[in-house]
Amino acid sequence: MSDFNRRDFIRIASGATLATGVLGFPGLLLAAGPKVVIVGGGVGGCTAAKYLRKLDPRIDVTLVEPKAAYTSCFMSNEVLSGDRTIESITFDYEGLKRHGVKIISDRVSVIDPEKKQVVTDGGERFPYDACVVSPGVDFKWDAIEGYDAEVAETIPHAWFAGKQTVTLRKQIESMPEGGKVIIVAPPNPFKCPPGPYERAAQIAMYCKHHKPKAKILILDPKDAFSKQGLFRQGWSKLYGFGTENSMIEWVGAAGGGKVEAIDPSTMTLQAEIEEFQADVINIIPPQKAGKVAFASDLVDGDWCPVDKMTFESKRHPGIHVLGDASNAAKMPKSAYAANSQAKVAAAAIVARFNGLEPGDPTFVNTCYSILGEEHGISVAAVYRLDKETNVIESIKGSGGLSPMDASDEQRKREVTYAHSWFKNLIHDMMG
Amino acid sequence: MQRDNIMNKTVRNLLVAALTLLPATVLADPTAQALAFTCAGCHGTDGSSVGPSSPSIAGMDPEVFVDAMQAYKADQRNATIMDRIAKGYTDEQIKGMSWFFAKQPLLLKPQKHDPDLAKLGADLHKEYCEKCHSDGGRESDSGILAGQWMPYLEYSMTDFVEGRRAYPRKMKRKVDAVLKEHGKKAQSALIHFYGSQQ
Repeated sequence: MSDFNRRDFIRIASGATLATGVLGFPGLLLAAGPKVVIVGGGVGGCTAAKYLRKLDPRIDVTLVEPKAAYTSCFMSNEVLSGDRTIESITFDYEGLKRHGVKIISDRVSVIDPEKKQVVTDGGERFPYDACVVSPGVDFKWDAIEGYDAEVAETIPHAWFAGKQTVTLRKQIESMPEGGKVIIVAPPNPFKCPPGPYERAAQIAMYCKHHKPKAKILILDPKDAFSKQGLFRQGWSKLYGFGTENSMIEWVGAAGGGKVEAIDPSTMTLQAEIEEFQADVINIIPPQKAGKVAFASDLVDGDWCPVDKMTFESKRHPGIHVLGDASNAAKMPKSAYAANSQAKVAAAAIVARFNGLEPGDPTFVNTCYSILGEEHGISVAAVYRLDKETNVIESIKGSGGLSPMDASDEQRKREVTYAHSWFKNLIHDMMG
Repeated sequence: MQRDNIMNKTVRNLLVAALTLLPATVLADPTAQALAFTCAGCHGTDGSSVGPSSPSIAGMDPEVFVDAMQAYKADQRNATIMDRIAKGYTDEQIKGMSWFFAKQPLLLKPQKHDPDLAKLGADLHKEYCEKCHSDGGRESDSGILAGQWMPYLEYSMTDFVEGRRAYPRKMKRKVDAVLKEHGKKAQSALIHFYGSQQ
């Protein structure tokens, strides 16, 4: 017990809220609790809010988010097949309020790291002791000629779940019998790497029953994509991929899959080698960190560099950047990753408030894709931080993909686990 | 799996609590809590799953937890994803997580079940299962069955019956007997009984 010290005490006394709050630091207990302001009510922001309160209820947590409800991007492809409604993936912030989180309905315009204040469009200023920023991604609108935010109202990206997801669903429903859908996939890195390919399968799942002659073409600026072998196998099994009658087709970079321009009036895409015309077009543009990250000088290039011990910004101390907007290599930009990072950041913030060094971080990513009613696949990883290189490395021998050629029973079970992953992730972040 | 029931719950929980206060030298970094937090996205906050199929692991017996994780790690238990995840942890880390989850209260959600099947299941449970899965399957020594998510129980039972998962001692004889006496319906009946419990 000779090396037993206060740091070890908080590290091993798991859930030791009372121990630190009541016994360890009576001085802090008398003062008003430290303030954390959270920018963005997505997976990263919500999880951080809940876990900060869970780990140390003294902390005064304020979350600023313009939207009254959260609509999850994960599982939103299921809205396209008609398997679920947009309402079923939309959640209010009441759960977080019950955890004592203050919800402010406003948009953050900028974070002032000098004054340590979060400034909103509504002109309010929220002082913080620590700030958590989880703004998600924004699009590079200039990447595809003729495509902008206004055009996206009718030729949707549907990469933020909500109104555009519903628009895309309606367009697929009302297209002609032998209609053609084109999905324009983005270049790396982007949020939800398997998303465009699961989307193709979910649209095919609907068409198989309602428009069996329909075609879905993916135009891709890449030559490889996430879970590629499993997607190809699933598409083959369910939608004839690789045959003359395949419902899904994929054109990669080598085949001229990079889209350069769109003419919305004729629904024509100009790709590198040829033109493509379709009844429904879904363009998922290239991505970068959300607006507030640029406005607040948190980016280096397209993404926000962070110290992965704590997810504290390398540009401005006291600000922690989580989720899709951060450069969290080698974690993917996924909901589960943001949830995992938020807990690391929350624990680090709590440790600092208590005068302790943050403990070693640990991360998990799990991501399911549903290709058919009874066909689910997954990728998983357990990570540790290489402190020397500041790279989050997958632990050797762990993680990886669902096996190829798995039994029907296994694929079916993975669908129910996908739904469990969805429900538990939502509950863990805001329930 | 069956263990002498000498220690009652309170004593065991005190022991579990004491174990978590051992000095850091016996625990690998990161903390057991930090490791356990990463499970929540599928198994629910602090291990109480909100369903529909991934199992709750809150309140789980530490030994049962360690056995399960080690079996997944060694590819000795039929898995969809847990084999890949379990391989990411050291033996010490798995032990640490087991203590963490053992301390968490198990929060159950009501599940849709057939009351007639559940009633039959209750009788079958008493006759064939109660000896090890005591207190109606609430006792954690042999794995908590009461209130567990029904699709998960279905997968587990199917894996046992179809030879994809090794039976714990004595269980095969009982399962064979109940299926022989009461047919395939017995499996659903037991699952509906456990699923009906709160």
